Amino acid sequence: MAELTYRDAVARGIAQEMERDPSVVLIGEDVAKAGGVFKTTAGLLERFGPERVRDTPISEEAITGMIMGAAMNGLRPIGELMFSDFLATCWDIVANQIAKTRYMTDGQVSLPLVIRTANGGGARFGGQHSQSLENWAMAVPGLKVVAPSTPADVVGLLAGAIRDPDPVVFFEHKALFAGKGEVPDGEIVDALGTARVLREAPDITIVALAAMVPKALEAAAELAEHGIGAEVIDLRSLVPLDTATLFASVSKTSRLATVEENPRLAGWGAEIASIVTEEMFWDLDGPIVRVTTPHIPLPAADELEDLAIPSVERIVDTVRRTMA
Amino acid sequence: MQQPSPETRLRLYADMVRARYFEKRAYDLFLQGLLKGTTHLGLGQEAVAAGFAAAMRSDDMTFCTYRGHNHTLLRGAPMDALMGELLGRENGICGGKGGSMHLTDVAKGAMGSYAIVGAHLPVAAGAAWAAQVRDTGQVSVCFFGDGTTNIGAFHEAVNMAAVWSLPVVFVCENNLYMEYTPIDEVTPVEHPAADRAPAYGLDGIIVDGNDVDAVYEVAQRVLSRARDGAGPSLVEAKTYRHGGHSRADPGKYRPDEEVAEWMARDPIVLYRTRLEEFGIQPDELDRIETAATAEVDEATEVSKSAPAPGPDTLMTNVWADGGSAWRN
Ligand SMILES: Cc1ncc(C[n+]2csc(CCOP(=O)(O)OP(=O)(O)O)c2C)c(N)n1
Ligand SMILES: [Mg+2]
Repeated sequence: MAELTYRDAVARGIAQEMERDPSVVLIGEDVAKAGGVFKTTAGLLERFGPERVRDTPISEEAITGMIMGAAMNGLRPIGELMFSDFLATCWDIVANQIAKTRYMTDGQVSLPLVIRTANGGGARFGGQHSQSLENWAMAVPGLKVVAPSTPADVVGLLAGAIRDPDPVVFFEHKALFAGKGEVPDGEIVDALGTARVLREAPDITIVALAAMVPKALEAAAELAEHGIGAEVIDLRSLVPLDTATLFASVSKTSRLATVEENPRLAGWGAEIASIVTEEMFWDLDGPIVRVTTPHIPLPAADELEDLAIPSVERIVDTVRRTMA
Repeated sequence: MQQPSPETRLRLYADMVRARYFEKRAYDLFLQGLLKGTTHLGLGQEAVAAGFAAAMRSDDMTFCTYRGHNHTLLRGAPMDALMGELLGRENGICGGKGGSMHLTDVAKGAMGSYAIVGAHLPVAAGAAWAAQVRDTGQVSVCFFGDGTTNIGAFHEAVNMAAVWSLPVVFVCENNLYMEYTPIDEVTPVEHPAADRAPAYGLDGIIVDGNDVDAVYEVAQRVLSRARDGAGPSLVEAKTYRHGGHSRADPGKYRPDEEVAEWMARDPIVLYRTRLEEFGIQPDELDRIETAATAEVDEATEVSKSAPAPGPDTLMTNVWADGGSAWRN
């Protein structure tokens, strides 16, 4: 067992897979010599060489298009988009090409690729370098969507994503990069579509993702002081979605809150709420509540960004109100 | 460069004729309402597809556009399965999930027809990158139109291919129009692809896209350059579509004299004349045409009588496990 930062866990996960499979390659802007603008790929060039770890021009369509073509022809490529906001510059390749090609060719084409990207707010970067965009990817059939919250999950889920025969968009949260956590020694591989119950309690289920997970845990600890037992689930991936773990929890607690960093409309929590409402309505003791960023672009100033992104306090208040 | 052998010449002729007859039938079927949606024909542009296909190695990869029937057919995709796809039948090459704009036959190296302008250029470059990393000796060939030279993906892909010295050949089929707009009204240079090539350190190669021997010669040259590790090429083939952009578009936005001038340079007629000058007997060429008609008739009959795709196929092949489940 070693203590690793979330950022170092990224490099560890990629290295683990590059070591076992020579077809795994990595490209992106500043990923090789510079080790990534967030230093998530430091050391990989030195270890695996310039043919497998390669810097690209500022060409997001080329990065995503090239990993698609490479995946069609025998590689298992990883492409890095420096910020998830840049998905908008190559959304055609991601949403129209990568996502749909297996279906549109009736299974002739396999695309075992991973798009890794730095996601989320909290760094005061303003509206074009801070978004949480898991729900964009979730809305497109044919993409798997993963967003880890701990260093151990970064390694395991990254390995799972790289080995997955389908395209995966892997969201690494910027606010978590510096955080540390215990990572077991040896190979770690997690199955996509497995949520994790991080805290068990009887009164309400709080579902969260990525940087909202530690906040949900903190909120649950505070809620306990108010006599409310909050169970916390880290979804870990939105596609595939582990509804079994979710349902098992809600059938115990009969209440559900989602904590999402994305803006309100069509956030992933709305889909969760809809599924639970349809299939577990009669088990519920109250309305499902969603804690989200308001439906606004993210501002840059500390005070404003902190107001926008769900806080521990807001989670606690929302849960207490629904339990009252 | 090698002149085409007599066998190659006959193949080039047969390929152009097969593509021509196939697409003429597709047009008829569209007018009859049997081919739904849309269709973009390469009538008049067959020499580009035929010249390259004949020069390619069987494991080379073709990436083309919605105007891609010719390219897919001439890489060896079965005609009946292509026709089935156009008609949305169960025997379609993509089970009816692709349609006219999305013919793909991976087994034959036809790696897809892409309907978002420019998208497939980086994809073709990526397939070439994999060939480079895996040292397979394959070349990736990417066909697109003149209009495509004005979209970002073109520039990103050509730049990246040049910087990484990838075994990819970019072939611009300059048919003078992007849909209904003449390319020269929206492009600041005379040769939309070739004049941009120097910006990426490449030679601007121009070829008569209606002369199949000329295309074949250039194709051999750029393919072996790529295979020898000397990097990508950007070729601009001057050609013209006989019909409109898509569906039943009569193409009335084109001046009559321009149409007449290009119709007089029909690549198939030109080539037939040349082959006859070379001493090939007219009945040999007639036999090729008769065989092509029979092949198209057969493909049409098979596809017309094929059943619609079964409802069970709707939910298949989203994922590698064959299904479409997104939750447990
Ligand atoms: C990104 C994008 N923009 C617009 C279109 C609509 N469109 C389809 S074909 C076409 C013209 C393309 O012209 P060109 O590249 O010259 O190819 P051609 O059709 O002449 O073969 C346009 C504008 C599209 N499919 N994709
Ligand atoms: Mg054109």
